[in-house]
Amino acid sequence: MNKQPKAVALISGGLDSMLAVKVLQEQGIYVEGINFYTGFCVEGHTHAIRKTDQKKEKRNNALWVAEQLGIKLHIIDVIEEYKEVLTNPQHGYGANLNPCLDCKSFMVKKAREWMDENGFDFIFTGEVVGQRPMSQRKETMPIVAKQCGDDARLLRPLCAKLLPETLPEREGWVDREKLYGFNGRSRKPQIALAARFGFDEYAQPAGGCCFLTDQAYSIKLGDLWKQRGNKNYDLDDIMLLKVGRHIRPREHFKVIIGREEGENNFMNGYRKQFTHMHAISHNGPLALVDGKVSRDDLKLAAQIVARFTQGRDASCVQIEVSEKGNETPFTLDVTPLHNDDIPKEWYL
Amino acid sequence: MLCPMPVIRAQNRIKTVAEGDILEVICTDPGAKNDVPAWCRINGHEVVSIETQDDEIIIKIAVGGEP
Repeated sequence: MNKQPKAVALISGGLDSMLAVKVLQEQGIYVEGINFYTGFCVEGHTHAIRKTDQKKEKRNNALWVAEQLGIKLHIIDVIEEYKEVLTNPQHGYGANLNPCLDCKSFMVKKAREWMDENGFDFIFTGEVVGQRPMSQRKETMPIVAKQCGDDARLLRPLCAKLLPETLPEREGWVDREKLYGFNGRSRKPQIALAARFGFDEYAQPAGGCCFLTDQAYSIKLGDLWKQRGNKNYDLDDIMLLKVGRHIRPREHFKVIIGREEGENNFMNGYRKQFTHMHAISHNGPLALVDGKVSRDDLKLAAQIVARFTQGRDASCVQIEVSEKGNETPFTLDVTPLHNDDIPKEWYL
Repeated sequence: MLCPMPVIRAQNRIKTVAEGDILEVICTDPGAKNDVPAWCRINGHEVVSIETQDDEIIIKIAVGGEP
């Protein structure tokens, strides 16, 4: 190959993909990045919702990494296509509703399509053998690689020496000897390599970068599917699972109660899609009611909501209720439920 | 609409307009004030202005050409 080889990197925004890019840039490879947005990414929207998080610097780590490395980044919306990955994972779920192996396979497959459409020569990732219990094991790496096709165009620069030779190595585009053999869950080799490259700042998301690995989130998603009787969802559904307390006092409805001002503001944008309520006699949160409810159900919901107002110890709290599709609100005078009256099982 | 959707929408729209055109991105997520300029810097576009009007953030981008 006389021209400079072109590779597309899967960029998560974490340290490993950052290192992988730098390793190949040092070998003279032209790199552009690709980042897939599934709707479940932790960074991005959640930082914007909660008031307590609003003081933190808001940045998209994938964009930040790309800028540090001087590469273009393409962010691809895969929300619709990802539904099939999540609802019907061929290799099942991890500890929660995280279909990590199918997810990685899907992303590599999509990256291959992008590579072919844009005239690039190979794909690479920051994967490390043994780092993740599901998608980054020596046995599962070939499963992911297969999604890239049969021509060995998927390279993992950080653990390449532990894996079969790939096309970029065979063709001499990349010097295998200058790649790495990182293995296992220790981060020490990556941190040492980061120091060598002079990276003194990088994202290390605690608990991963995907809501689906989060137990509390997965419980709420599982509840949504169970109540619907199917695994359909849209972006608004999965966004609302990220905010508020979710309390299901009856099988046929749940109440989502804002926990702070940022969440109330965010939920306010959804109020017309739901029956919603808030206290008018005391300060308190906005609550959305999800499900078909009777007047008795609304009274129960109002009593629960009253529990989270400043009138929680009052004998009466006035709750204004706006039913979905009805412009005229009405008021319910309710006695707040005591904490002991809200069984733990109601909390999702 | 929360990030990264404003970036994705801007990225997809920019493919359909000519170099030198001004693209106006209207969004509500404060994160867009960092993300859209970052995306522009790495992809060869220039942010002309960022204004906030009520709850809306309006970012004007001068579309660059292929480097």
